[in-house]
Amino acid sequence: MKMRFLCVVAAVALLGACSTEEQAKGTGTTTAAPAAPSAPTAQVTPGSQADFVKNVGDRVFFDFDKYNLKPEGRDQLAKWVAFLKKFPNDQLVIEGHCDERGTREYNLALGERRANSVKDFLVAQGVQASRLKTISYGKERPAVLGSNEAAWAQNRRGVGVVQ
Amino acid sequence: MRMPALKALSLALLAALLWTLPATAEVVIDINKPNVQPMPIAVTNFAGASGQETQMGRDIAGVVAADLERSGLFKPIEQKAFIQSVESLQVQPRFADWKAVNAQALVQGRVEQTQDGHLRVEFRLWDVFAETQMVGQAYNAAPQGWRRIAHMVADAIYKRITGEEGYFDTQIVYVAESGPQQKRIKRLAIMDQDSENHRFLTDGQELVLTPRFSPNQREITYMSYFRNQPRVYVLHLDSGRRELLGDFPGMTFAPRFSPDGNKVIMSLSQEGNSNIYEMDLRTRHVTRLTNDPFIDTSPSYSPDSARITFNSDRSGTQQLYVMNADGSSQQRISFGDGRYATPVWSPRGDLVAFTKFKSDGFYIGVMRPDGSGERLLTQGFLVEGPTWAPNGRVLAFWRQTPTDSAGRGGTVKLYSIDLTGYNERQIVTPLDGSDPAWSPLIP
Repeated sequence: MKMRFLCVVAAVALLGACSTEEQAKGTGTTTAAPAAPSAPTAQVTPGSQADFVKNVGDRVFFDFDKYNLKPEGRDQLAKWVAFLKKFPNDQLVIEGHCDERGTREYNLALGERRANSVKDFLVAQGVQASRLKTISYGKERPAVLGSNEAAWAQNRRGVGVVQ
Repeated sequence: MRMPALKALSLALLAALLWTLPATAEVVIDINKPNVQPMPIAVTNFAGASGQETQMGRDIAGVVAADLERSGLFKPIEQKAFIQSVESLQVQPRFADWKAVNAQALVQGRVEQTQDGHLRVEFRLWDVFAETQMVGQAYNAAPQGWRRIAHMVADAIYKRITGEEGYFDTQIVYVAESGPQQKRIKRLAIMDQDSENHRFLTDGQELVLTPRFSPNQREITYMSYFRNQPRVYVLHLDSGRRELLGDFPGMTFAPRFSPDGNKVIMSLSQEGNSNIYEMDLRTRHVTRLTNDPFIDTSPSYSPDSARITFNSDRSGTQQLYVMNADGSSQQRISFGDGRYATPVWSPRGDLVAFTKFKSDGFYIGVMRPDGSGERLLTQGFLVEGPTWAPNGRVLAFWRQTPTDSAGRGGTVKLYSIDLTGYNERQIVTPLDGSDPAWSPLIP
């Protein structure tokens, strides 16, 4: 049912009439560079990316070739929701990533699904969709090096970047 | 660098056949036989009157011999074994001398620079045992076009002896990679199929992926993360102009030109769901071809444009599908063990090449468009992204090595392999390389 809705949205958006997506696109592109965790010492600006990384945790993980949220992922995202409610001016870019064991193009699509799983959860928890933007990097930006299960598990991820 | 040569090369085939003689029991390579013994061939230096012409004649012979050798079907004989001199050869081949060095075929040629500085290159291919000329051709070009002429000579020899079109007068566009994996710099780069005339097409400022040639090779469609918006672009090689393709509300990726170059087919991702769309480049009209809640990507046209093969996970895992070009009659064609991806229709129409992976690794393989006759050509920790040489006999792909936890390894290199599964060779690139796309024969 939901899937059918998504398809309709896609078709409509192609005609240029999807206003929410347009807004989301128009907000944080490259103009607002990700707030680098530049705090020299322990000082972390509340609501910043550094705050998000240090005090909330900026990522959730997925199983191989899966995009459904795991229970621990949902727990993590509940903290994201609280953070975003506390800092209502924050926008969030949600990156979707994959491990290296897949083909490039399919992984771009899979990363997009993962980013959207995160987004859908946040929206369902009351975060305005217009504050959220998704981007897939497929397997192009691993977080952890290594061709082993431990590294792969760390690389199958959704990452929040506060704008 | 390549452009002036391309433009200036007047592909005038002065005399298709300088002269012909009836051939009997001539030398032939049946390239359908796996692991065929390479044919010993004598490629002599092309003769020239001046020092410059002589040097160019040597260079041309070197490129011809290297092309033929790389095909795996020919074994150029070391020149120092030759008995007959280049000068004497201009009068008449002494076939006994060439039999004595076990040459089955003999290549000779001549380079002339005309008054206006242009080149005239002619060559003859001899069947040593039948003592007949198999082919003789002449080419005119600007001086910088000598390298292309050499590839065209190699193509003519390949075609005459194997009966298949050659693929040496071609280019490869690919993604040049450098830097640590977490912050990998990826640039589009283009080169001749023998790795010469290499140049970068993008500066590495943004992530770029999956370049593919238009049929006339003057455009490349690819995906770029310009301004953090992953979208499909077209790069016009002559002007250097980069064009965002369409105004889509989500990520567009996995682009490929139609065989007539008038359309680009690609995936659009919307709210996490990827479907296949086609854009007519003349009218900019967009047609949606798949409409389902699953991942549909990696579309590739059949050479007659009637059908499209693509990748979908609608069955639960990635598999290969074929549909009509209007999106109707979508049918799964891959049913083997494992996941299948990146289907690419052969330019001959007879096969679809793909990436396959299962727990023990990745494979490059081919199957018929109806899914029958699956054959795996090579395997590895990660091999991916086959692309066809224009004659449909050779494939290029990329191979990645495993990375250890210290970050060692993880190299990415281009390779070519014969359709028989033999003659796998690295395609040399200055940096690491992935996502190769082989051009059609240069018009």
